[in-house]
Amino acid sequence: MYLFLEDSLLGEGILKGMAETARNFAGSFVSAERLTTVQYPEEREAPAENARVFPFLVFDTADAEAGLRCVACQICEKECPPKCIYIEKSKDKKPDYVGKQQFYPTRFDIDISVCMSCQICVEVCPFEAIKMDTQFELATTDRFGGLLLDRKELSRSNEYYHQIHPTEAAEVDARLAEEKAKADAKAKATADAAAAKAAMPPPAAKAAATEEGAGD
Amino acid sequence: MSPVFYLVSAMTVAGALAAVLLKPLVHCALAVTVAFAGLAFLFLSLDAQFAGFAQILVYIGAVAILIVFAILLTKGSELPRDGVFSRSWLAGVVISAAVFAALGWAILRSAWTLPHEAAVPAVTVHDIGVALVDRYVLPLEIVALLLTAATIGAVIVAMHEKEGAK
Amino acid sequence: MIDKMDQIFVLLQHWLVAFLPLSLQPVASVLLAVVAIVCVFPALFALTTVFERKGLARIQNRIGPNRVGPFGIMQPIADGIKSLTKEDIVPSIANAPVHFLAPVVLVVAVFMGFAVLPMGRNMVLVDMDAGLLFYFAMGASTEVSVFMAGWSSRNKYSLLGAMRAVAQMISYEVVLLLSSVSVVMIAGSLSLTKIVAAQSGYTGIFPHWYIFTPWGLVGFIMYAIAATAETNRSPFDLPEGESELVAGYHTEYSGFKFALFFLGEYLAMFSISGLGTTLFLGGWSAPFSFLTFIPSWIWFFSKLMMSIFVFIWMRGTLPRLRQDQLMNFAWKFVLPLTLLNLMVTALWRFMGEGWARWGVCSAILIAAYILMGRVGMYKEHFGPRRYRYAE
Repeated sequence: MYLFLEDSLLGEGILKGMAETARNFAGSFVSAERLTTVQYPEEREAPAENARVFPFLVFDTADAEAGLRCVACQICEKECPPKCIYIEKSKDKKPDYVGKQQFYPTRFDIDISVCMSCQICVEVCPFEAIKMDTQFELATTDRFGGLLLDRKELSRSNEYYHQIHPTEAAEVDARLAEEKAKADAKAKATADAAAAKAAMPPPAAKAAATEEGAGD
Repeated sequence: MSPVFYLVSAMTVAGALAAVLLKPLVHCALAVTVAFAGLAFLFLSLDAQFAGFAQILVYIGAVAILIVFAILLTKGSELPRDGVFSRSWLAGVVISAAVFAALGWAILRSAWTLPHEAAVPAVTVHDIGVALVDRYVLPLEIVALLLTAATIGAVIVAMHEKEGAK
Repeated sequence: MIDKMDQIFVLLQHWLVAFLPLSLQPVASVLLAVVAIVCVFPALFALTTVFERKGLARIQNRIGPNRVGPFGIMQPIADGIKSLTKEDIVPSIANAPVHFLAPVVLVVAVFMGFAVLPMGRNMVLVDMDAGLLFYFAMGASTEVSVFMAGWSSRNKYSLLGAMRAVAQMISYEVVLLLSSVSVVMIAGSLSLTKIVAAQSGYTGIFPHWYIFTPWGLVGFIMYAIAATAETNRSPFDLPEGESELVAGYHTEYSGFKFALFFLGEYLAMFSISGLGTTLFLGGWSAPFSFLTFIPSWIWFFSKLMMSIFVFIWMRGTLPRLRQDQLMNFAWKFVLPLTLLNLMVTALWRFMGEGWARWGVCSAILIAAYILMGRVGMYKEHFGPRRYRYAE
């Protein structure tokens, strides 16, 4: 019987609902929070920072071929679950950002009709060479050739990478710079040691070499 | 007799004939709806507005729907196996001829008592309403009682069915 | 000048008909009025489809169609072309003649209803003595077409949708009729022009519309609920709910026939709103006595469009009612309240003028509403759902 004292009248909920929708209706003309439509394609929302669509290859300098970070290690090709990456390794080598001679891919194809954007290729790449792009307006009328992106189409500069994923790119750059610094320091140390070795007399050099060999 | 009368009565008779001659039951129900509509037009052509519109409202809007529901909720929507003519058709013809004769005799007899050229008195809805509560109040109350009894009966039958199902 | 604006369509009709010989004039004037109705209301229907989509969209925090024409106004043209050029698929086991006739019967019955609505001073197509009865007779005929559509498609879901729709329409038709009967009781006539004339007086600046009386307000609310259910509008649109029965009784209709069903539904909405306006909102009379310079037909159509707007608002607000909830609501709440309203109307009529009848009638109706509401809420019919949890 105590329920008779509840103060909600029949139909009160309906009236409250109608007031809410009226507020929505009126508010959609004045406030942006009550009209959340983005009128594509005239207006576009910027994608979130960790948005990902399909992979792309990063190159460092202005030259897309010389600065390409990818060394054709083929790890991403092996790890890709739907096997959408096809790499052909080069026969010769060219120097990478540290100066070491590395292979490079003569052919790097990704079939984006197969790619499932799982980002595994990005996670396993040891050279920070492949990253996820945010472009999604890739529809074509050519179902097979148009959706097979080759190395030239996949290469984008590091500046572009900074544009689309700023924090990630900054992290990657810091890491690469650190590794470069370490490699430089190590190279300098070996160069110094070699120079010191060359400057010493031969028997003392041999003893120094064994000392050095024991000390390494 | 105006051409409208001939047309409408042809429609009514055709509907009634189709209602008894067609095989699928739902077609028969729709044909009887056409017959009801024809009757309504006949009432309207005689200037009986209330009767005509009440005919449409009650017969087409409720009775036809009732017939259709009854057909659908039972297995009536299947085609009849034995054809549409019953075995006791002779008795049916005799009885309907007798009824028709009685009705015809009553109508023709009353037609003689009215003067031929008298103007039909305009019966408005107001007149019908006044007559219902003045002269015909007893039939009105009896019909109301009948309707109440029918409603209560329907509720009881439905309740028993529910209990039977349980 | 004001009079001329008010009667402009009547004068136009007389002027056009005067070109013809005298014997043809009655037929021609009626024909002209029919053509006007057949042109105006489908045009309103086209506009309403856009307003509905944009109105619902704004309620749902989005923009409606805005590509075709400025603010999407030309969208119905695009929709019309689409429905005309779509392939007309009739299922092979469907009953072809009945399947074809169902939308025709619907549209014919609905158009007939417009014949008795007074759309302005002296602007009725046919001034019938039993106009209200004619309107309800035509409304009843739409149920036959709904059933024909559902049955002829030979589709279990269509049939189910049709039977549900017909059951719903029958239940709420009783409510519709009973709430109109109270108006007829007070106005003393079934003729719609007389009902409007009875509401066109003013005390001071306030109009004599029936909605401003206690029984009129309750009657109007019951009428509005019943009208929403009659035209299968949200929240009573289970028979055509897209998530329940695909499209209910018009599942198997494509192309222009579907457009005809759509047209029939919206026209039914217009005509029932028109009737509600005539019965409770004073038809073509102005809301205040100083506004009578605005033509009567403008008032009628404004009130009509306001009712349509409220229909759209309700559609955007309320979730769909389940079939049993719908029927329970009709028979256990709306119908008893309508019957009580009828008796209160009789009390109003026989109590004579004065403040006493306002107080008594309002008190009875408010008490009844609160009592039935509380009982309903207590018995979990209309109240919030209470859950039982397993131990």
